Amino acid sequence: MATQDKSSIFADIDEGEVDQEDENVDRWRRNLRLWRETLAKQWRMLTDDLMVRLAMITIAFFMIVAVFAPFIAPRGPLTRQYEGDAGIIIADWVEPSFLSSESEYLLGTTAEGFDIFSQLVYGSRAALLVGLVAAVFTAGIGTLVGLTAGYYGGKIDDTLMRIVDFLYGMPLLPTVIILVALMGPSLWNILFAIIVLQWRSTARVIRSQALSLRERPFVKAAQVAGASDWHIISRHLAPNVLPLSFLYGAFAIAWAILAEAGVSFIGLGDPNTVSWGTMLQSSRAYSALDFGAWWWFIPPGICIGLVVISGFLIGRGYEEITNPELR
Amino acid sequence: MSDTGAPDVSDENPLLRVEGLQKHFQINEGLISSLLRATMGKEADYVHAVDGVSFELERGETLGLAGESGCGKTTTGMSLVKLHEPTDGRIEFRGMDLTESDDEELDEFRQNAQMIFQDPFESLNPRMTVYDTLAEPLRIHDIENETARIRRALEFAELQPPDHYFDQYPHELSGGQRQRVAIARALVLDPDFIVADEPVSMLDVSLRAGVLSLMERMTEEFNLSVVYISHDLSLLRHMCDRLAIMYMGEIVEKGATEDIIENPQHPYTRSLINAVPVPDPDVGRERVELAGEVGDAIDVPSGCRFHGRCSEYIGDICETDSPSLEQKAEFDDDREVSCHLYDSCGKQS
Ligand SMILES: Nc1ncnc2c1ncn2[C@@H]1O[C@H](COP(=O)(O)OP(=O)(O)OP(=O)(O)O)[C@@H](O)[C@H]1O
Ligand SMILES: [Mg+2]
Repeated sequence: MATQDKSSIFADIDEGEVDQEDENVDRWRRNLRLWRETLAKQWRMLTDDLMVRLAMITIAFFMIVAVFAPFIAPRGPLTRQYEGDAGIIIADWVEPSFLSSESEYLLGTTAEGFDIFSQLVYGSRAALLVGLVAAVFTAGIGTLVGLTAGYYGGKIDDTLMRIVDFLYGMPLLPTVIILVALMGPSLWNILFAIIVLQWRSTARVIRSQALSLRERPFVKAAQVAGASDWHIISRHLAPNVLPLSFLYGAFAIAWAILAEAGVSFIGLGDPNTVSWGTMLQSSRAYSALDFGAWWWFIPPGICIGLVVISGFLIGRGYEEITNPELR
Repeated sequence: MSDTGAPDVSDENPLLRVEGLQKHFQINEGLISSLLRATMGKEADYVHAVDGVSFELERGETLGLAGESGCGKTTTGMSLVKLHEPTDGRIEFRGMDLTESDDEELDEFRQNAQMIFQDPFESLNPRMTVYDTLAEPLRIHDIENETARIRRALEFAELQPPDHYFDQYPHELSGGQRQRVAIARALVLDPDFIVADEPVSMLDVSLRAGVLSLMERMTEEFNLSVVYISHDLSLLRHMCDRLAIMYMGEIVEKGATEDIIENPQHPYTRSLINAVPVPDPDVGRERVELAGEVGDAIDVPSGCRFHGRCSEYIGDICETDSPSLEQKAEFDDDREVSCHLYDSCGKQS
């Protein structure tokens, strides 16, 4: 190229007349600082709302309980507290200690002789595991699929969206139940089934965002500058859909916990893990309601409700940040 | 930006040569409508956004593309920087065919051709700082002295002091400042060719003059070839050496800016010039509103595409023969017109 007839305003820079060593901005430090500022700002906006703050405290509380479960729970969740004749389960459950002075169990025991309070504490592990893993994966897969479909369009989009449409034809709970029945009742299978069905809504929303983002001039400008597809997806599309992914992730926590409880409730839960859903299931199996043993099923019910509502509230609060029209 | 060899190729060829450029968009894409089409045996419909555009652009030359909304100016501009794959035709950049370029040539082209967009509120990523926006092209092409170059480009765009803008996000800037950032981004790679699509039309009137003078300075100092796109002829008159008037995806008249503005020959050019308020008071012209609507160029009219709206309609030939863009015997400037009113100086009648 004919550089000779062209006097570049960058000429002296290229000839090294500018002392560039200490001139160059430290890229990593700068990026770190920008990230911190962005996160801090979003965090402030999010925690501005009292309901969101309460919801976060609730989730944080259950997280602490889940992590320190062995120290909080006085007994093992699946340790039988007394043996019946010939080891057969007997239905002589113990009332909570606040109802009967003889009882040494805070929330009494189940008909199988397990300590309800300990089960409740350990149950938070299953709930949060299911909720958080499902959230990360549904948001992650959904975002990736949505960005790919929306950015590339055409056949790729058609194929991916047909899969999403197909998944939309399947109701969440019944399909998870069938999948778990086929694969065997374990917490991981339940999680897997939930994730398989749940990424669809994230994918669809992110795709429509990506479809409109890719037509925006700032994406065109990056293409003109020679940016690769991956560069555009990761630097231009992803940061702009991230709030939405987060939003769907927060909702996914709630849906996943509900689904796990539902599957466990009808007896397809993991027999080796205690979850709030399996607690409800066994209380029903032993007709706790008929015997008036409300301390068996009310506490897990409340816990499910609290975590699920918290998930929705956080999602909702985030929705208001990302979509100012909802304010 | 430092290949020293072979100035022979680039000096013989114009910087940019466009031949018969076409860009058609299929409408009613998608599964359902293509199924419907297949069962009913219908052909797909196309928008003839650009339908056979040819011109050359020399180094340091500025060309204005004018025409009504929807005539294909933006589509042409985007094809020039390879944002669209042409349906047909050739674009040569320094003698290199863009449709058949390999990765290395394309990379070279991407460094040397940039675009400035109409809407400065849309052309900057809302989640990227000014510094990152300008650093992006440099990082893509592995160009050194990032910070120094960015500083220089921002200074050139009159964003002073540059360091003050490094960490600002687009929403913290005014429209004029944003457009200056967009211009700085286009310049930071030290390009040879820029397409500027309505660069000031979204800006407050009070800010336009400043941005336009920046663009004049940029053309001057970078020895840039620029294609300015605008429907505002007075702006193009100010900025451009040559003009091309587009109608329904075709160029109907092109030539030196003064020749065309002072002495328009194609009936469409005339009505376009009369439709805009001419600031010069001693160019007393009656103002004519353009009658009728431009179609959306799906069912392109036969013959001359303008015949339905033309005030100088001369008979069947307008509806049957499509006029070719050529020099006419009546004019001794190097203007080209596609209209049956004038005699071809070439071979055909
Ligand atoms: N991606 C696309 N898909 C389908 N049709 C398109 C696409 N881009 C442009 N068109 C159509 O092509 C025609 C020309 O559009 P273009 O944007 O090039 O016009 P323009 O001259 O820039 O108009 P304006 O002055 O309004 O910016 C229009 O009819 C438009 O609807
Ligand atoms: Mg346009």
